[in-house]
Amino acid sequence: MLDAVLAHYNYWLIVVLMMIGLYVVISRGNLVKKIVGLNVFQTSVFLLYISLAKVTGGTAPILTGQPEVFSNPLPHVLILTAIVVGIATTALGLALVVRIRETYGTIEEDEILAAEEVTGTHEAEAAREAST
Amino acid sequence: MRHHLVLRVVSKILIPFILLFGLYVQFHGDFGPGGGFQAGVIFAAAFVLYALVYGVEHAREVLPPKALAILVPAGLLIYALTGFAGIFLGGKFLDYDVLAATPTGGQHLGVLVIEFGVGVTVAAVMVSVFYAYAGRTSDVDAEDW
Amino acid sequence: MSGADMVIWVNFSLLTMLCLSAVAILLVRHLFAVAALTGAFSLLAAGLFVALDAVDVAFTEAAVGAGISTVLMLGTLALTSRREKITPSFSPVALVVVLVTGAALIYATSDMPVFGDPNAPGHVHVVPDYIEGSEKDLVIPNIVTSVLASYRGYDTLGEVAVIFTAGIGVMFLLGLRREDEDDEGTVRKNRRPGGRPLDEEGDEA
Repeated sequence: MLDAVLAHYNYWLIVVLMMIGLYVVISRGNLVKKIVGLNVFQTSVFLLYISLAKVTGGTAPILTGQPEVFSNPLPHVLILTAIVVGIATTALGLALVVRIRETYGTIEEDEILAAEEVTGTHEAEAAREAST
Repeated sequence: MRHHLVLRVVSKILIPFILLFGLYVQFHGDFGPGGGFQAGVIFAAAFVLYALVYGVEHAREVLPPKALAILVPAGLLIYALTGFAGIFLGGKFLDYDVLAATPTGGQHLGVLVIEFGVGVTVAAVMVSVFYAYAGRTSDVDAEDW
Repeated sequence: MSGADMVIWVNFSLLTMLCLSAVAILLVRHLFAVAALTGAFSLLAAGLFVALDAVDVAFTEAAVGAGISTVLMLGTLALTSRREKITPSFSPVALVVVLVTGAALIYATSDMPVFGDPNAPGHVHVVPDYIEGSEKDLVIPNIVTSVLASYRGYDTLGEVAVIFTAGIGVMFLLGLRREDEDDEGTVRKNRRPGGRPLDEEGDEA
């Protein structure tokens, strides 16, 4: 029983982290909070991949001249790429949030939907521009 | 930030070392942890620190947006042109073996050049994204938020 | 306590702290605190990456997640708002979706290789060739760099293109020059974002 837990405890805790991130994305209406939840979800996926790459008794994959057991370097490469792409999409998402705030005056999802229903996007933008 | 003397003095001391560390990480990426992405972000962090302590106007004088507009595609072009150089010298696209006299030397040269291209693009993109956020005048009153 | 036990305890405690930070991100309403918690979350994740032997990844996560990401989030908060609206926070549909997905994923992990198994399928396919080639053909000690730049160099080219695209996307959305700057680069009105105009010495009027 303990062996079964020790074999997979890393994966289970990472799945819990993933689900907390997913819950933040689904249940919170604030757009910045949603993007933060997406970041949490993303980081936990990276942790899952790197956990898959770990070899017991291995070291970091840097050659030192002595024969050693290395952890698998291929997922490290994939996750390095993924981290930088993640920050790029976060920057774009936050820029969109700034523009949404300037158009609708709010970053809460329900208020934006209500404003869309009442006036529609173009009228809302024209009304804001007329009032500033 | 003019009243925060300790912050100004300490950041003035630290920023050259941050830039030097960024250069170290960039060019020692094949001997230890490091490489283009980490070095580009560290470089950008030094400029962001300067902009936060001394004001975005001074940072724009040090690193003007026009220079950034040239640096952002330059890194990508360096990377792509290295790939085409492999074709011109007789190999395949992104084949580094033909870039120097020996295959091992060619690989070293190829990795160095493309990591430099990656570092330039990442640093320029991060700093220009920061300029884009910092240059936006906010229409939120100081009491409302 | 042997070395293997210590690895288990380090992993377990770091993952627990990560889960607590994530729950705090969920519950806290003040968005500046959320930005700081995100930085702490990224730093803990970087520590866990080091414990899992991924030093390059830890370096990148610490620099990107705890550095640039926090600055971008604070910049966004300065332009939007600093508090989340107080709404009834419990959403049963979201909870059900999350529990079902989590249960499905945990059921799927039973098929995954044992944590740390050196004979897992992912370790024996192309990776021994990469490690040997990095030592003999390329003579580059950092295997991650040799795979990133040489064996999988084409993917890295695509990734630089993605960063480039995101950069020009942000430039299109927010603009590179100041909003009150005309074409020659001189500022039309001397106004600090979000504050009162400054007088000549740079102090608030």
